[in-house]
Amino acid sequence: MLNSILGFVPKLPIAEGTEWVTDKTKETFSFLFEPIKEYLNVFMEFFTEDVLLAIPPVIFILAIAVIAFFVSGKKFGLAAFSIVGLWLIYNQGHWENLMYTVTLVLLASILSVIIGVPIGILMSKSKIANAIITPILDFMQTMPAFVYLIPAVAFFSIGMVPGVFASLIFATPPTVRFTNLGIRQVSNELVEAADAFGSTGAQKLFKVELPMAKSTIMAGINQTVMLALSMVVIASMIGAKGLGREVLSSLQRAEVGTGFVAGLGIVILAIIIDRITQNMNKKK
Amino acid sequence: MSIIQVDKLTKVFGKNTKQALKLLNEGKSKEAILKETGCTVGVNQASFSVEPGEIFVIMGLSGSGKSTLVRLINRLIEPTIGSILIDGEDLSKMDQSALRQVRREKLSMVFQKFGLFPHRTILKNAEYGLEIQNVPKEVREKKAKEALELVGLGNYLEQYPGQLSGGMQQRVGLARALANDPKVLLMDEAFSALDPLIRKEMQDELIDLQTTMQKTIVFITHDLDEALRLGDRIALMKDGSIVQIGTPEEILVHPANDYVEKFVEDVDKSKVLTAQHIMKRPETINIEKHGPRVALERMREEGLSSIFVVDGKRNLKGYITADDASDARKKDIRDLQQIIKTDMPTVDKDTALHDIFSIIHDSQVPVTVVEEGKLVGVIVRGSVIAALAGEGEVNVDA
Repeated sequence: MLNSILGFVPKLPIAEGTEWVTDKTKETFSFLFEPIKEYLNVFMEFFTEDVLLAIPPVIFILAIAVIAFFVSGKKFGLAAFSIVGLWLIYNQGHWENLMYTVTLVLLASILSVIIGVPIGILMSKSKIANAIITPILDFMQTMPAFVYLIPAVAFFSIGMVPGVFASLIFATPPTVRFTNLGIRQVSNELVEAADAFGSTGAQKLFKVELPMAKSTIMAGINQTVMLALSMVVIASMIGAKGLGREVLSSLQRAEVGTGFVAGLGIVILAIIIDRITQNMNKKK
Repeated sequence: MSIIQVDKLTKVFGKNTKQALKLLNEGKSKEAILKETGCTVGVNQASFSVEPGEIFVIMGLSGSGKSTLVRLINRLIEPTIGSILIDGEDLSKMDQSALRQVRREKLSMVFQKFGLFPHRTILKNAEYGLEIQNVPKEVREKKAKEALELVGLGNYLEQYPGQLSGGMQQRVGLARALANDPKVLLMDEAFSALDPLIRKEMQDELIDLQTTMQKTIVFITHDLDEALRLGDRIALMKDGSIVQIGTPEEILVHPANDYVEKFVEDVDKSKVLTAQHIMKRPETINIEKHGPRVALERMREEGLSSIFVVDGKRNLKGYITADDASDARKKDIRDLQQIIKTDMPTVDKDTALHDIFSIIHDSQVPVTVVEEGKLVGVIVRGSVIAALAGEGEVNVDA
């Protein structure tokens, strides 16, 4: 009896609606999605095979070690870890997978920053934009990451490109939030000083607000890179190459050992990227 | 012509500003308006004008609206109603680009917490105002360096603000404001964040700089001593309204109401009042005309034990005592020159009361006040005490 109250409204066609929207989007924008898929795929293959893998692993490892040495303020810890960690991945025969993962993470992160920073600036400047975008960001971050794979496949079929797309949705919010926060945190007196001397909006943004917000924005970017890396395994479910695919296939075959090795590779990569980006933020 | 002319400038914070303005015109109080409309009255119909080269101090306690008022002058806060004329142009009616132009060329601001950009060097900070006007690099560097030299920081060009002490940081703030060569400096509690010794040093330097630069300065402070030291004129604010505008002496001596009176009662008046404020008209005799007999008669009439002697042009010559005059009369000496004494203490008319204490304490005769050698008044102990007690007559317009 009571349940009939709940049943007063028939089941709403949310699922059908979403599907309809996705289909329509795919149809309408296929002229956009198709070339993106093709060119991006070609680019990623090229970048991995002909750039990253063309560099001899020894040189690559040493280059990372040198970068680590200098960004960490000429300390040997991180550099030593990079050498040992990367060598271990090479030793386990995962070098090619590592390079695919690097490509995926790099591309997803760079796109996240390119998209996220301007949105964050917009949010910091406009109350309306802030009110609209905040719940969208909440939605993007709480929706289980697997769900993004479905439209990603619908738009870009399988492979690296939908992997980037899914990572992008999952990893962009921290950059947006931290950019917004960073600019809002700039002390009122500095904003007043910029205004009082007659700065234009753009001058204020580029000469005062963004430099002042830099470390906060960098913290957001660091989070974005980490999230992009965490999407690597999930993205492998739709055919993205890399370390994640090894983890996935070991899961399917119940091989604990291989799964652990590939997982360890991701952890090593994560630590190196995290420490390098964090140290870049600290500065002298 | 006044360089800044503010007329009925009002700022109401909140949503229902129309209703609040209506109530304000009806003369309702700040509290009543807050209760009825939820709006806060920041500044209530402030009107004043500032003359070129003047240091105009706006002072009041926190919450009196002084910081809001200074931000209304350069429209960092949009006025609700009222006008701000800078060089005759109404700032309140300008569009954004005209406003920017005025801010760049005419108004510079110095902030309480310095407002320096921590990511820029001292030189780059001082350059900021010129940089955003796209002044060529060499020119702006030169001007910024000059401004930094002026405040004594010529050797710190490549340091960052965080490496400097508070006093030095505020010098940078001042240099940044001066580099634009503005007509008007708005200084919002510029020295309040500094410790007392440095604050006094900065006040002295500002006064020194002002004598050479002749800028127009609007100085905000909550410190009455600072206001009295710096201000050519002072506007005292309470609850968003200006209670009194006047010279430091006017405010001290003729407070407009109980609030001002209470405000100034703790002031060390001895540092503000000068000899000319408390001196009395001197009783004199003319050395060229009068002899001991006249001197003695005058003293008897006025009940004095000594009298000052001047020449025909009122140049102070000395004094004679009643004893000496009566001796002279007995011995039939006619010439005052023989009995005149010259050991009377003399101060300039601008000497602070504070500095007169010790002089008057050691002196048997009244202290004479001179202006370019001419006797203009005398000070007796009683008038010093009366002035400090806030009683007695004080000549403000002297």
